[in-house]
Amino acid sequence: MEQNKITEVKSKLVIIGGSAGSLEVLLQILPHLHVDVPPIVVILHRRTDSESPLIDVLEMRTKLRVKEVEEKEPVKQGWIYVAPANYHVLFEHDQTFALDDSEKVNHSRPSIDVGFQSAAEVYRDGVTGILLSGANADGTEGFRKIQEHGGVTIAQNPETAEISYMPAQAIHHHTADRVADAEGIVAIINSL
Amino acid sequence: MEIEITEEDLAVILNDVLDIHGYDFTSYARASLTRRINRLIMLDKFPSVAEFRYKIRSDEFYLKRFVEEITVNVTEMFRDPQFYKVLREEVIPTIATKPFIRIWHAGCASGEEVYSMAILMHQANLLHKTLIYATDINPDVIDTAQRGIYPSAILPLSQENYLQTGGHGDLNGYYTAKYDHIIFNEELRKKIIFATHNLVSDSSFNEFQLILCRNVLIYFDKNLQNKVFHLFDQSLEDLGYLALGAKETLKFSGISSKYRQLGKERIWSKIK
Repeated sequence: MEQNKITEVKSKLVIIGGSAGSLEVLLQILPHLHVDVPPIVVILHRRTDSESPLIDVLEMRTKLRVKEVEEKEPVKQGWIYVAPANYHVLFEHDQTFALDDSEKVNHSRPSIDVGFQSAAEVYRDGVTGILLSGANADGTEGFRKIQEHGGVTIAQNPETAEISYMPAQAIHHHTADRVADAEGIVAIINSL
Repeated sequence: MEIEITEEDLAVILNDVLDIHGYDFTSYARASLTRRINRLIMLDKFPSVAEFRYKIRSDEFYLKRFVEEITVNVTEMFRDPQFYKVLREEVIPTIATKPFIRIWHAGCASGEEVYSMAILMHQANLLHKTLIYATDINPDVIDTAQRGIYPSAILPLSQENYLQTGGHGDLNGYYTAKYDHIIFNEELRKKIIFATHNLVSDSSFNEFQLILCRNVLIYFDKNLQNKVFHLFDQSLEDLGYLALGAKETLKFSGISSKYRQLGKERIWSKIK
């Protein structure tokens, strides 16, 4: 009998990446999420203005609490965390956030690949990665890392994406385990 | 297959770097450090962690590259213009009354923000009585900063940021352009002292009215952050200012009760 497997409570994390056209999808998904879903981290390519109303916009659409990631804060259930403009989001092994202002990756900071890879290294098969609309190939490589560590990757159905390139890239490179529209993504997150 | 170092690999590498070369990275935050080392192993095409480790142990020159590459040296002139606007409008007028102004920019990387500060002091007619100490752990970036020569490609963004700080006109009175490079004027450079300084191991070396340390502390663990906050506290005059990066805070540190934040900006003044 594998006793330690029974007692072990695995930490789960949902990490969502999006670029152009992704905010609309996110706003379709958020209202339907249950309050008991795992912690959710959102990495969006956004303008670098610090006075962005993104947090307020998201907060109005969800029962979960929403905040911008702060360095060294613990990742907690019940929250949606948004990557700040101009910083990559990383995870420490004690499940706290780290911020990093090193070089852009895929012309992006925050980079979705960077966030996905770090989440995979810490949360391993507890990660569910989701890639939404966008005009950039960011996220495909990060998906591969999530898969290598046993997590699950879901690309938005390119046909329903305002800009199909980003999810289509992941599908093309075989790094998306599943393809779903907004409704399907809601069902998957709620089942975690 | 890319190499991903384990936590044990990281501990071994950091111990080597400390024991053999005297650089102490053991209190740096792990996630970022691991990512930088994986990136370096990939960039320099090491076939294994063991070969990377051997190179670090045995090659003094490669160690230089290691220090340069695992520390983050991203910067730009007037980075976060709103921050420089507050320096210009609120901080500089306050420290202006001092007979002599000393500023410490800790972790200045390649120096663009140091020249930005010098320009602000010049525009406030204070540069003649100001001395800026600009330090970094990394000798190579200090060398770059000291020369004051940058690619002309930095100009459009520098100029755009500068205008957003409330600056007027353009920056071209502050540098000479040659081919595709610019060099900042002697007038600015002679007011800056560049030196290597390691926040982990070196101590306070003067008293300042303003200390800037931006996007350095995010790479340190909590203990080291606290240690550095105490170092800054020892190095600040009463009513002096401490300025941090856009996502850094004094709030949870051991010195927070002695400081008051300036509105929403990441600038604190020492109140006792």
